[in-house]
This record gives sequence, structure tokens and C-alpha cells, in this order.
Amino acid sequence: MPKLTIDGVEIEVDPGVTILQAAEYAGAEIPRFCYHDRLSIAGNCRMCLVEVEKSPKPVASCAMPVGEGMVVHTKSEKAVKARNGVMEFLLINHPLDCPICDQGGECDLQDQALAFGNDKGRFVEQKRAVKDKYMGPIVSTVMTRCIHCTRCVRFIDEIGGVAEIGATGRGEDTEITTFLEQSLTSELSGNVVDLCPVGALTNKPYAFTARSWELRKTESVDVMDAVGTNIRVDSRGGEVMRVLPRLNEWINEEWLADKSRNACDGLKYQRLDQPYIRRDGKLQPAEWSEAFDAIAEKLNGVAGQKIGALVGDTVDCESTLALKDLMTALGSANLDCRQDGAAIDPSVRASYLFNTTIAGIEEADSILLIGTNPRKEAPILNARIRKRFLAGGVNIGVVGEAADLTYVYDHISDSADALSKIVDGSHPFAQVLKDSERPMLVIGMGALTRADGAAVLGAGYAIAEFTGMVSGDWNGFNVLHTAAARVGALDVGFVPGEGGKDTQGILEGASSGDIQVVYLLGADELDTAKLNDAFVIYQGHHGDAGAHVADVILPGAAYTEKNGTYVNTEGRAQLGQRAIFPPGDAREDWTIIRALSERLGKTLPYDSLEQVREKLRETSPGFGHIDDVAATEWEQFGESGSIEASAFTYQVSNYYQTDPISRASRTMAQCTQDFVMGKTEKATGTHG
Amino acid sequence: MSTRNLAKDQPDSFSFTGEHKARIEKIIAKYPDGYQASAVIPILDLAQRQEGWVTKPAIDVIADLLDMPVIRVLEVATFYTMFNLHPVGKCHVQVCTSLSCWLRGSDDVVKAFNDKLDIKLGETTTDGAVTLSEVECAGACVNAPVVAVGDDYYEDLTYEAMSKLIDDIKAGKTLAPGSAVGRQGAEPEGNRTSLKTDPTQTTPMQDLAVAKQKYEESQDAARKAKENA
Repeated sequence: MPKLTIDGVEIEVDPGVTILQAAEYAGAEIPRFCYHDRLSIAGNCRMCLVEVEKSPKPVASCAMPVGEGMVVHTKSEKAVKARNGVMEFLLINHPLDCPICDQGGECDLQDQALAFGNDKGRFVEQKRAVKDKYMGPIVSTVMTRCIHCTRCVRFIDEIGGVAEIGATGRGEDTEITTFLEQSLTSELSGNVVDLCPVGALTNKPYAFTARSWELRKTESVDVMDAVGTNIRVDSRGGEVMRVLPRLNEWINEEWLADKSRNACDGLKYQRLDQPYIRRDGKLQPAEWSEAFDAIAEKLNGVAGQKIGALVGDTVDCESTLALKDLMTALGSANLDCRQDGAAIDPSVRASYLFNTTIAGIEEADSILLIGTNPRKEAPILNARIRKRFLAGGVNIGVVGEAADLTYVYDHISDSADALSKIVDGSHPFAQVLKDSERPMLVIGMGALTRADGAAVLGAGYAIAEFTGMVSGDWNGFNVLHTAAARVGALDVGFVPGEGGKDTQGILEGASSGDIQVVYLLGADELDTAKLNDAFVIYQGHHGDAGAHVADVILPGAAYTEKNGTYVNTEGRAQLGQRAIFPPGDAREDWTIIRALSERLGKTLPYDSLEQVREKLRETSPGFGHIDDVAATEWEQFGESGSIEASAFTYQVSNYYQTDPISRASRTMAQCTQDFVMGKTEKATGTHG
Repeated sequence: MSTRNLAKDQPDSFSFTGEHKARIEKIIAKYPDGYQASAVIPILDLAQRQEGWVTKPAIDVIADLLDMPVIRVLEVATFYTMFNLHPVGKCHVQVCTSLSCWLRGSDDVVKAFNDKLDIKLGETTTDGAVTLSEVECAGACVNAPVVAVGDDYYEDLTYEAMSKLIDDIKAGKTLAPGSAVGRQGAEPEGNRTSLKTDPTQTTPMQDLAVAKQKYEESQDAARKAKENA
């Protein structure tokens, strides 16, 4: 443990720690551009120069390991002068366009120039100008501003896992570019915008729409996938301008996936801002009271078992609970939140959770992925697997179609029946799992939504038992969900009650006449053609598939417009906050159901959000541990059946459009065109 | 120097010749397993020797061959100015115009090209035979001015010597590399100015012994002179 003195403070740090890190422990702040905690060290911006006694020159503290007895000065005249010189050099070629730069107000260079730079420049020669580069629909570039810190190059290479950005040329002619200006194909590409310490890489859809100091910042939770990424919603007036990640070491570290970041423009289009009633075959605007009347009239005399309710992918737990209570009051047991028909066993909580936890992936030493493509289904979680992979000493096996997951894996088989071979130990990967100290498996929705999904889940249980995945404080059995609402709804118990029909039953009942009324709460990813004969109540925020077949539409709030609880795939309950108000006559979802219940004469016993949450806490203990994962009992689950010898098809085929918000988003439509349909049209440098 | 980009017009494909493939195997074998990317510079050089310049298909082929991202190969190719990213003439003449060569008359060398072939620095003759490039110090300052044609250096050039060399290039003759004034390596022009004695006769140690004896003798003489005084 080397001891050193930094600015007169003596500290003892682990060997191998850099001076910059040690200075942080000692409370001395050192400016930096190229250094980033989660990236490899480049040491090329020189902004972190400090004076070290007995060293002839100032030292780049980010790249210099501490030594015994070092005496470091971060604020001495020599250090200040050195940094001042570096800043002057950096500004030589940096344009003075802060007033029109999107980074203005949240720019590292701007802030550090103020703190460590001169008040005027001495450079009178021509500044360098660099042609802008095309990097796809997410990242916009103004390359003249680039200071060549190479954070973006390192991020895309190390964390994105697709080495697509590079620094070509050298010296003053260095340029950051993608190969022949192709689009970035990483699902995490938007993070280079956050990493860029200047305004060279900026958020393309957000370009020139707002200044950072005008925005109201609301801390919330993302619902575009089941990871529960912590986000900050930046809004101005009644509009969400952008979404940024929030630091959470347990979930997303400081990254945010592209869909979560850039689908927010979808909140402006295709919105349901008033109730509608289908009259003469056409949906016509109506008042709330009229819509409630139409529902009450229809429900009058309909037996409880002829009513079904389905909950969609982005619904908050409060609304789910309210709808469950309403349905129970109406005497219906036909409830389901698994609109994809996944064979999830709601009775054992551990059977539908990502028990290892996302941070726990870093401790695993072998990973088996079953019918899941985490890169598309949960890019943040995939980044964690890649992080584990880069640390070395992990075996990853995949049962399912081979895809580029950004790490090397052992492709066991396309076909699902390879699972049986792992269960009986005849496949070599079974031994790998068995020999591991901390093995884990991840079952995706692609595996559970098959007809033999229950058998696959059973096989997962068998593998977990057989290879000793559950022992002590380690639980290696994981289910990776694709819907933010799923785990919360399962915790609430939004599943068929006694004698109740599941999703498939409700859909078939609707076409056969057994089900007369279907209540869709944000449920769009269904075979809606089967609902044509039933009376459909659609409550949601976008005019998507569900609204098209609806007879009554109740306009609800999107995730940025309501206070809601979401439970991520780990079983971690988190609170989303309202950033803006719902548009027009739309209302927060649980209040709609509460109001409807009153009109139907089955008034629900809660009047405030806190009362609903009190009820939630009674329903499932998970809701009592906000931001935390509650301990879960490990019990037997799943069925032992034969698994069909057919290939898994992954749940998410088009990462960029999976829910009503992203389907309405223009940015996501552009991404779909670029990456999924493969029609990348190269734009010129002056584009967008 | 300015921004170096790939040429606009690119051939459709590239593949190494059989001979080069064999050499590539040897080059890669020099590096430990998994570090084959270290071979990127010699292999880019081979590609350039084969085509005269580094083409985009060649970069793709090399990236594939060395299992590295194509952008990493592009970074290397654009970093080193020795890799030609645009087609060059059959004869690629690189003239050094850095300080030593300039002082010794590199402007005259460039002028010879202007007069004889009507090309300036960075240009190629209309028939595509000769390309004239300006390079930074070629590392042969002692024999300045110098030009490089292919792997060979032509040194001690004057306007006349360069003109004659250009005539030979045009005539397709085999060129004799080295100094135009006939000196060997970097030895002085005309007679030697140092190391004139036979080094096998007087080793540095013998010289030292003689010097020591002479010094002691002179010291003795001085002491005696002092005593006499």
C-alpha cells in the first residue's frame, strides 16, 4: 500500500491506482478530458498534468501509477501553468461557436476553460476546419470542435463491442470518423454523445431544439425494455426534449440504450388526447362521461366471466393493480399480463426473475443464454455480459440462433432440443456449468413464448438444479423479460384467477363469443384481428394496434407523464416520476380506472397515489423495497415435457420499434430504415 | 500534409498474389498467437508493392486476414504517409525538400521535373509514368539532396544529374542507385579528412599509451624547467 502526499494530504492507496484516482480520494479535483472511469486510459489530452516532486516535467496524472513517497501538487504554480498551457493549445483549433453549440452550458471544455484557461487567446492564425462526418441517425457531428480525446473510439470499441469509430490521419490532421462514414451499428451508440467532452458529437434528434439551462430535469425510470434503466427526463413546457441516463451502478452504470434515449420524440406523435367512442363503425371524439356511459351501458348485464382484461408492456404497477381490483369486483378472473403468451409460472417468484441481478453478472464464471438475444432485448444488460467477458475467465454458451452479441461464445445449437442434452449431462457445456463456481443461465422470451415454453422453463429449472446454480447467496437462474410492465404485473398477480382465461383464451373467446368485453390496458402487441367481434375498451396513450380495434378509447398517460412504479427484470421496484402532464384530456391511468369503477358502481378503495401504493405493498413484498431487490424463495417450478427440435426465434426482431412510443418515433423509424431494412443512404457531411 | 482519405475511384476487388500470400504467412508467424494484428504494417506494404497504392478492397482483405476491425487498418494506412492512398505512376519519385536537402539544392531537383516532365510536386505525368511527391527528411542528409525511387536512394543530385536520371527513367533504363558524384556510402567527397592511418596498425589503446607517455614526458620537462628556474 503506497503512501503519498497530495496537496499536503497524506493518503494510503492500493498499488496500481493512478495519481488522478488517488487525488480524488484525497479530495483534490484534477481536470480531465480523455480520462474516463469506465474506459481504458489514453493519456492524450494532457489536461490532468500535476507537479510531482523530483520529476523533471509535469506528469499526466491519469496515466501515472502512484509510487511510495510521492509528493504531488495539483495546485502549485507549475501545475497550474502547465494546465493553462494545455488549455491554450486545446483552444487553438477549437471554434468559438459556443452560442450555437448544443453542448453549450454542459460542456466540459467550456467549464474547464473558465476554470483553468486564459481570458484571451494569443493565437491569430487560421483555425483548422474539419469536414463533418456521418455517424447515423442518432449521433450528429461537428468535427471542427473535436479535441481528439478518443473517448468515443474507446467506448464503441470497449463497451459497445463494435469497433467502428477510429482516428485517422495524425497530428493536426487527425480526424475521428467511422469507416467510410457508415452508421454506428451499436445499440449503445447514443452514449458517445454523453461522453464527448465538447460539442463534436451531439444528439441528432435533439439538435438545436433547446438549451440545457431551459430544461426541467426529472429523475425517472425507462420503460423501453425490462432493464429499468435509470433516466433523467429533460422537459421544457409540455414537451419531453430528451432523455439522459442517470448513474446506477446496480443497473445501467451510466449508460443508456439508443431506443430509451431517442424514442422520446414518439411521445409527440399519434397521441390519444381525448376519449373516443366507435359510432357507426368510426371512432369519434367524445367526452369522458360519454365514454364511461358507453362502457357502463355495455357492461350492464354482461356476466363477469365474459369480460377479459389484458395488460401491455409499458404499464405501471398502480394501474395494473387498479384494473385487477376492478376486474375482480366485476367478477372476472380472465386477466393476463403475458400478452406474448409466455409460459411464465406466476406462483413462484424466483421463476420469473433475473435472480442473479445485473450487477451479479460480473461475478458469474459461466453463462448459458437460452433463446435470448440480449443485445436486442436489453442492450444495457448485454453490455454487462460483455464487461464480464472482457474481464476474462468466463464461458458463454448460446442455445438459439447465432447472432453478433459483441462477445465470443460457444454456439451450442440453434435447436431447442439441445437443452435436453444439457439436462442429461451429455453435452460438454453441462460439465462447464457444473465445474463453475458461479454458473448462470438466462432464459429469454423467445424460449418461453413457444408452445413448449413450459417445458423449456422446466429444463431451465432442471439445469439450475443439476449444475448447482442455486447455492448460498448465489442464484444463477434468470429470466430476461422484454417488457417493463411484466414483472410488476406478475407481482401484482395480474394472471388468470381460478377458472380464468389467459391471453390465448381471451383472444379465442373473443372470436368465439365466450368473451364479450375486452379491456386492453396499453396492450398492443396482440393478434388484434381476433378482437373484432368483442367490445374492446382500449386505455393507453398511443393510437396503435389496440386503439384501432377499440370501441371505446380512454386516453392515458405515457411513462413520462405519470408517477408510477415499475419492477424491472431483476424484481427491483423503482419509481418513475411525472415530467410533464398528459396531453389534452388524457389522465394518469390509475385515476381513469378509479373513476370508471365509480361510474360502474364498484368504487375502488383508494383515492390517492399513496393509498394505491399502500395496497401494492400489501400485495407483494417487493413493492416495499423501492430501488432494492427483495430476497426471493427458490422453489420447484416448470414442467417436465418434451422440447420440440426447432430453432428458437428471438422475441425482438427490430430493436428500434417494440412498443407504441418507439413505433411513433421518427428517429426510431429512421433507425429501422438504416439498420433493420438495410437501406443506409449515405448523407453528406452537412446533413442534420 | 493534409487530411488523407481513401481515393474516390476504387477497384472492385483485391487479392494477394500467391508469392505474397506465402510471405504474409511468414510475417504473421513472427508474432505470438492472437497478436497477428501487429503484422498490419508489413502487410499493408505488401499490398502497396503489389498494386502501387493501398486500395479500399485491399484494406478490407487485410482486416479480414488479420481479424481486426477495418477502421483499425484504415487508421494505420492514413497515419503513415508512406502508404499511398491514391494511385501513383509506375515510377514514384519521392523528393526530400527538408532543410539539409533544400540547402543543398532540392529546389533544382524539383525544377528538373518541371522542365523535363512538366510536373510539379504532387503531380503525375499525363501518361501515368512518373509521380513526383514531396516527402519530409529521408534520413540521408549527408548526401543531400536526395530522391527515392522505389526502395533506392539517388543522392548528391544537381539539376543536371536529376535531368539525366529523368532521361534514364523515361528510356526505361535500369538506374544505378547511390551517389551521383560517385562517393561510397556517406564518406566525404574527394579525399578523406580523418582516420587516415591504418587502423590495424594503431589501435586506440596504443594511441592512448603513446599519448600518456608524451604527456608524462611533457610534465617531467615542465617540472625540470621549474626546478632549474
